[in-house]
Amino acid sequence: MNVHEYQGKEILRKYGVATPRGFPCFSVAEADEAARRLGGKVWVVKAQIHAGGRGKGGGVKVAKSLEEVHRFASNILGMTLVTHQTGPAGRLVKRLLIEEGADIRKELYVGMVVDRARQCVTLMASSEGGMEIEEVAARTPERIHKVAIDPGSGLLDSQAGELARKIGIPESSIEQARRLLQGLYRAFVECDASLIEINPLVLTGDGKVVALDAKLNFDSNALFRHPEILALRDLDEEDPAEIEASKFDLSYISLDGNIGCLVNGAGLAMATMDTIKLYGAEPANFLDVGGGASAQKVTAAFKLMLKNPAVKGILVNIFGGIMRCDTIAEGVISAARELDLRVPLVVRMKGTNEELGRRMLRESGLPIISANDMADAAQKIVTAVQQGARQ
Amino acid sequence: MSILVDRNTRVITQGITGKTGAFHTRLCRDYANGRECFVAGVNPNKSGEDFEGIPIFGTVKEARQRTGATVSVIYVPPPFAASAIDEAVDAELDLVICITEGVPVRDMIASRYRMRGKRTLLVGPNCPGVITPDEIKIGIMPGHIHKKGRVGVVSRSGTLTYEAVGQLADLGLGQSTCVGIGGDPVNGLKHIDVMRMFNDDPETDAVIMVGEIGGDDEETCARWVRDNMKKPVVGFIAGVTAPPGKRMGHAGAIISGGKGTAQEKLAVMEDCGIKVTRNPAEMGKLLRSVL
Repeated sequence: MNVHEYQGKEILRKYGVATPRGFPCFSVAEADEAARRLGGKVWVVKAQIHAGGRGKGGGVKVAKSLEEVHRFASNILGMTLVTHQTGPAGRLVKRLLIEEGADIRKELYVGMVVDRARQCVTLMASSEGGMEIEEVAARTPERIHKVAIDPGSGLLDSQAGELARKIGIPESSIEQARRLLQGLYRAFVECDASLIEINPLVLTGDGKVVALDAKLNFDSNALFRHPEILALRDLDEEDPAEIEASKFDLSYISLDGNIGCLVNGAGLAMATMDTIKLYGAEPANFLDVGGGASAQKVTAAFKLMLKNPAVKGILVNIFGGIMRCDTIAEGVISAARELDLRVPLVVRMKGTNEELGRRMLRESGLPIISANDMADAAQKIVTAVQQGARQ
Repeated sequence: MSILVDRNTRVITQGITGKTGAFHTRLCRDYANGRECFVAGVNPNKSGEDFEGIPIFGTVKEARQRTGATVSVIYVPPPFAASAIDEAVDAELDLVICITEGVPVRDMIASRYRMRGKRTLLVGPNCPGVITPDEIKIGIMPGHIHKKGRVGVVSRSGTLTYEAVGQLADLGLGQSTCVGIGGDPVNGLKHIDVMRMFNDDPETDAVIMVGEIGGDDEETCARWVRDNMKKPVVGFIAGVTAPPGKRMGHAGAIISGGKGTAQEKLAVMEDCGIKVTRNPAEMGKLLRSVL
């Protein structure tokens, strides 16, 4: 789960991480008020959306007067911000963060991720802040420094201090940087984060080390023990189809193609998408109905796929195993009837009661195309969709 | 022979009285030598009772002492799964298979840390389990699609593994052992660990490895195969069409920071002499072609 920058900063402040003072705002009037309360001469108006690249997209502006704060807030609130992470459709800005300006001497980078190979949290830092860390990794990998944090001892003073020196923090600010890094690690562990990224972390003119940005992701499997973090979820930032899917315990992700797929199991779902592409078409979604798909779940999945107007055909690929194919057939038939299905439907089922399931589909009188294996299924749906397009 | 488990393995089921545990324990017990293999259950509140004739003990340690079992399988809910693993490790079992899906990563990091230097091996979490066909099935995979034979199967996925097994069986190719290592970012045995075991197993002639986007376990395994493997290996990686930054189903399947793409994995595997297919319907045929 993602949170907004201002929410991330609120969390980090509790762990002793210094951030600029600021207030979240939902209207221009609130932005004006926030700037007045902050005082000073320079403010930063920042669009709050769950995507990076906001600055380049025009969602972050430095204001030198209250009038400018007003103007930028008016422009940014309600704009559709397009960044490399939002996709071409962009994201509507509904929240702002108004912050005091910072006197930036140096821009740095700090990130924390779960290191799968070492099975611990790894801290990454670089002297090259303010740009995409992937770019730094590609161009100047020697400027990225990493520390694998031992889960037993945590981030040691010596490790944090050494890393701070490596990224160019002066000796007089090392102690503060060390506390900040250790605070980040405590936040990471205690909040069950899956990613923390501070880009940029800045060194100010008076030698302070401040988190100017904050990107936090949380392990959704651990949210049961963090109601305070779950409360920060912003449904406006999520795909409505994905929200709808989660209500039925379906795992759904919208994609750009025109063939809907309904599969049990994430690996098989990805493999099914890959097969569709192999035969010259693109999948409209990833949809995993899980292990124990009931007839109702299958119907909900069909409804979800058909809400997408781009869908021109549906491929059902179920490796039943323990799940019974007659149950799946029942779900498919009732969904096709209830929803008055108009697009071609190919069904491939394997597992317990396979023959019975197939017979049910055949005898339903519905124009369901049966397939023997994954390749056959993909070929049949791609052909059917292409024929449909020609008519 | 086989790897990890066979007809003589004795198993403790942690979470035997829960809905999932009960359902799958019945299926496991009914498979091959299951009646001899599944000898104990654990539930601290039901110690002294039994599950359809399988005695229930209060702790894993007690279950081990009383039955001699050396392997456990875990079905307990996600918030308690890591403690269940810890308990099995403390009881010095040889192998723990954690089926539970949705275990917090922080819990797994802590459990894996506690396992350092201990003898216990872990498979999972979030995995279908391990099966040696016609001998023993420990986990949630459909037993009937498997067939005894000489192909090793190792996979991060559940149903995609069944797909591979189904294709092998359709071609008359049986399996020595099938290991589902699970799709989570922090887990127990990895592709490379299982590959080593298959390499040493005289009853495995070839291995099919099924991977997914995310991480670099497949690449690490591929390099080991290039330098050490004496048997042919074929592979498939799911997720060529997966967009970066989107979690596909489980926590492990994500392309992040430009790393962990299917193309990259397939390229490394090919470079290391592993025959790969981009068509998941061809996994079985590909394996047959290398025998």
